[in-house]
Amino acid sequence: MKLTLRVWRQKGPQDKGGMVEYQLDDVSPDMSFLEMLDVLNERLILDGEDPIAFDHDCREGICGMCSLVINGTPHGPEKATTTCQLHMRKFSDGEVIDIEPWRSQAFPVIKDLVVDRSAFDKIIEAGGYISAPTGSAPDAHAVPVPKPDADRAFEAAECIACGACVAACPNGSAMLFTAAKVTHLGLLPQGQPERYDRVVNMVEAHDEAGFGGCTVTGECTVACPKGIPLDTIAQLNRDYLAATAGRRKKS
Amino acid sequence: MLQTSPRAIPALYRSSVGKKAIMAVTGVLLVLFLIAHMVGNLKVFLGPAEIDEYAAWLRTIGAPLLHHEWFLWIQRVVLLAALVLHMTMAYQLARRARRARPVRYRHRAKVQGSYAARTMRWGGVIIALFVIYHILDLTTGTVNPGYQHGEVYRNLVADFAPERWYVTLFYTLAVVAVGFHLRHGLVSATQSLGAASPQRARTLNLAATAFAVVMVAGYLSVPFAVTVGLVD
Amino acid sequence: MTDSFYASGEPIADTKAPKGPIEDRWSTRKFEAKLVNPANKRKKTIIVVGTGLAGGSAGATLAELGYQVVQFCFQDSPRRAHSIAAQGGINAAKNYRNDGDSVHRLFYDTVKGGDFRARESNVHRLAEISTQIIDQCVAQGVPFAREYGGLLDNRSFGGAQVSRTFYARGQTGQQLLLGAYQALMRQVDAGNVELHPRHEMLDLVMVNDGDRGARARGVVVRNLITGEIKTYTGDAVVLATGGYGNVYYLSTNAMGSNATAIWRAHKHGALFGNPCYTQIHPTCIPVSGDHQSKLTLMSESLRNDGRVWVPKKAGDTRRPADIPEDERDYYLERIYPAFGNLVPRDIASRAAKNVCDEGRGVGPGGLGVYLDFADAIGRLGLPAVKAKYGNLFDMYERITGENPYETPMRIYPAVHYTMGGLWVDYDLESTVPGLFVIGEANFSDHGANRLGASALMQGLADGYFVLPNTIGDYIAKNNGLGEVPAEAVTEAEGRVQAQIDRLLSIDGDRTVDSFHRELGHIMWEYCGMERTEEGLRKALELIPALREEFWQRVKVPGSAADLNQSLEKAGRVADFLELAELMVIDALHRTESCGGHFRAESQDSDGEAKRDDVNFSYVAAWEWAGAGQRPVLHKEALEFEYVKPSQRSYK
Repeated sequence: MKLTLRVWRQKGPQDKGGMVEYQLDDVSPDMSFLEMLDVLNERLILDGEDPIAFDHDCREGICGMCSLVINGTPHGPEKATTTCQLHMRKFSDGEVIDIEPWRSQAFPVIKDLVVDRSAFDKIIEAGGYISAPTGSAPDAHAVPVPKPDADRAFEAAECIACGACVAACPNGSAMLFTAAKVTHLGLLPQGQPERYDRVVNMVEAHDEAGFGGCTVTGECTVACPKGIPLDTIAQLNRDYLAATAGRRKKS
Repeated sequence: MLQTSPRAIPALYRSSVGKKAIMAVTGVLLVLFLIAHMVGNLKVFLGPAEIDEYAAWLRTIGAPLLHHEWFLWIQRVVLLAALVLHMTMAYQLARRARRARPVRYRHRAKVQGSYAARTMRWGGVIIALFVIYHILDLTTGTVNPGYQHGEVYRNLVADFAPERWYVTLFYTLAVVAVGFHLRHGLVSATQSLGAASPQRARTLNLAATAFAVVMVAGYLSVPFAVTVGLVD
Repeated sequence: MTDSFYASGEPIADTKAPKGPIEDRWSTRKFEAKLVNPANKRKKTIIVVGTGLAGGSAGATLAELGYQVVQFCFQDSPRRAHSIAAQGGINAAKNYRNDGDSVHRLFYDTVKGGDFRARESNVHRLAEISTQIIDQCVAQGVPFAREYGGLLDNRSFGGAQVSRTFYARGQTGQQLLLGAYQALMRQVDAGNVELHPRHEMLDLVMVNDGDRGARARGVVVRNLITGEIKTYTGDAVVLATGGYGNVYYLSTNAMGSNATAIWRAHKHGALFGNPCYTQIHPTCIPVSGDHQSKLTLMSESLRNDGRVWVPKKAGDTRRPADIPEDERDYYLERIYPAFGNLVPRDIASRAAKNVCDEGRGVGPGGLGVYLDFADAIGRLGLPAVKAKYGNLFDMYERITGENPYETPMRIYPAVHYTMGGLWVDYDLESTVPGLFVIGEANFSDHGANRLGASALMQGLADGYFVLPNTIGDYIAKNNGLGEVPAEAVTEAEGRVQAQIDRLLSIDGDRTVDSFHRELGHIMWEYCGMERTEEGLRKALELIPALREEFWQRVKVPGSAADLNQSLEKAGRVADFLELAELMVIDALHRTESCGGHFRAESQDSDGEAKRDDVNFSYVAAWEWAGAGQRPVLHKEALEFEYVKPSQRSYK
């Protein structure tokens, strides 16, 4: 396959950056998208140019490190697929592909396609946990969890914190990410004692990080490689309102 | 837990989640008004006497406890407050969104989510402008030819006369904008108030669409009927 | 036998494991360990490198105990450590199924599964702790699979005859890691953990303490964003940096997984245990071309219903559907009638290699075997197969573009896990005082072969329960270590800076990846699934030559003052080029076959691995003797009081 890539290049956080065009003549359809970039980088290095910086690690769709907005869509055209699992057979010969970094105030560009997602860690830090110091746990069977709750909690817990929801949202909101954790922990009996503090603190951290508010456009859930459902945000809203307007105290 | 956040209305007002909840509640108030307003409008099909009498009755609601037109003024104040809050929140959220995405994408993909959702802000602006015109037109009569206070039927017929087709056109556009706004607004409000659930999602979407269609049809029936001469 | 390629040193022993009945040893050790006064803990700083299951759980737990923790990871968030990719599950001797499981049975299975090359004391402790891990994780909100009654579900895994594996669909590692990560972030919020993501450890700070000898007091790290080299010091250093499977270039490890931290610690005197023990997982998606950057694991559970076969005739290029039943060789069922397609990982992998070596492999390059679900679909129906394996089939189709419901999957073994690692005693302390090593980075509990669902168990056991108890003993006995002298810091930073400068100054004509790929080829070819004296000796010539070439021809673009991914890779590959040689030496010296180490010279008449307990019932702990010097072998004899070594048989 022959391809034309237009890639966002930016030397550092202060650099203005811009799109740079590259021609690739010999792309195998069996390559993953990142392997295609590897091949380009090998060429750039030997040509004495700076290779394109991009984040990646596990390359099996679970670590959440890879990103890339491909032709305007986070993680590219294939549904429920991270960039590292996207393969070139999904593109056609001669295609022009635009590659940009996640765009968000809260995710500043570090270099080229690499952005700083530490805002997500800040949100978790604010309350995305259950306080259970090591050694304090009762027997695992002490509290049964109804299967439907356990399954829904798992579904929300599948979030890989890649940031595609933020990249896709016209408001630059990270509400899907925040709501996934609020839902996961809020559905489990173990998560009840901190449930209402958790949601208030996490939303506060979300807003402080500079993310936009949710206006339910639904772009996030479409872009999410793990298919985190939009109704997690309703769950978050419900808990948040109960905690503030409803003044639910922690038990 | 080391610190406890302020659990009160101020937190609600400050946070992005709270702002959406405020928009939802104020939006619901405005929707209730829209329903009542439409029911009133449809009385035009029952003739001049019926609708003019209805308009006069509006001024007497709550009597004798409330003085003449007091209810109307209370309602106006409440609606205005709701509208101002609704728009303020919308403005603040929009500004927040703009700040959250300072650099736009070079390659803009087509919308994946809902079009109605993407048109809320500009739709809202169009509706706001229309409301101003609408009040000047049919409440104060400033821009209505030969406006007669209390003669609702007459004013309507004069307003949507065939030669004033542009008024009808503008009215139509605005009502369609209201329809889109309602369609997404209802779904969004349900979500913002935390009442959405996966089981209800389909029903909710259908109900919101149906409601928006009914409202648009109800509101448009009056000017169309006048323009084509069914009501004159 | 010749030992021209290594030198022999003094035997070593694990001096920390108590004697007495095996069930009592861990509680004895905990009781005998000195405690640190709670008021003093606040003044003690522990450095933890890595945030996977072991590092994350250790960091959180040490902080909960009151220590000041300074923690590093090279990823942009601690939540991305490669533990996240573990699919299958985690073992625990809960006996919730009432199927005869017990701590003793898990202990027995693990020692046997490790082909009698692990310490009994360590493995027993692991089995004891396994149940507490499940309790802890449930309390943290890990959403394990549950049954309709609301209780936890279990499955049997990796050929175990009891159902003791807890799981969260195919994402157990992810969920366990997020539990540890969240506990860690809670401590970050509380100010007890100072977290440094996107930092890579490049050296150990050693302080010579007079009579008490040299000890680890800190680490030199590079900020991967700004390139800044900085030293962090403390009272003890914990390495939780994972395995070194990426020596093979292609593996199921993450692209960034590396051996730099443990290798540089090794050069400061930490012995390296059993480097040649590598686990090759039988069910991975085969290589599709030269561009391949990593291999993707397909869960072992697929072998429960899939049948493995190749054509009977070598060089048969017909489409699988065109090959009639009687021209197919279901070789696992043929050779191992008792276990069939469910034989352990090492055996399944080697059998696949053998049939491919005979020219009967399928797919590009003939490096693949079929994993066929046609029978399962016929027997269970398409919907049932879809419900059970749907997500795996989808993943296979995404990567290969082939529909596994219609045409058999192609699979091939790939490097997955390294049982070897830095040698540690019962307290998980290496031979460098003050340097503790946990999780896959140490050599300890799996012997020569790791059982399925045991890696997660070991990582969390080390981090949540073992290290936090044993490190206190070291801290208490070494109160008042004093400031780290400035010279020690300057010296360590100087070493790091010198290597970076050297890498950047070569400006040759080959990329880092091209060297890494070539090293991977050598290792896979000569130190992979089957090792021979001849091949290993050849590797022993090729690797130093390649290393030489690397230091002359590598091209690392850019500068050291900003994000430079080529520079990061170059440092890691430089270390792999040294570690690879030690792996080969270890493999060459161990002339027996055991677990993941198969020497062609040591097999029985059926081609099965033949252990040599008389000569090799020991841990090979290697000492670094300096660049270009022969490494020194220290032997730790293994004693088996409770599980008598026997030949593994799966026929």
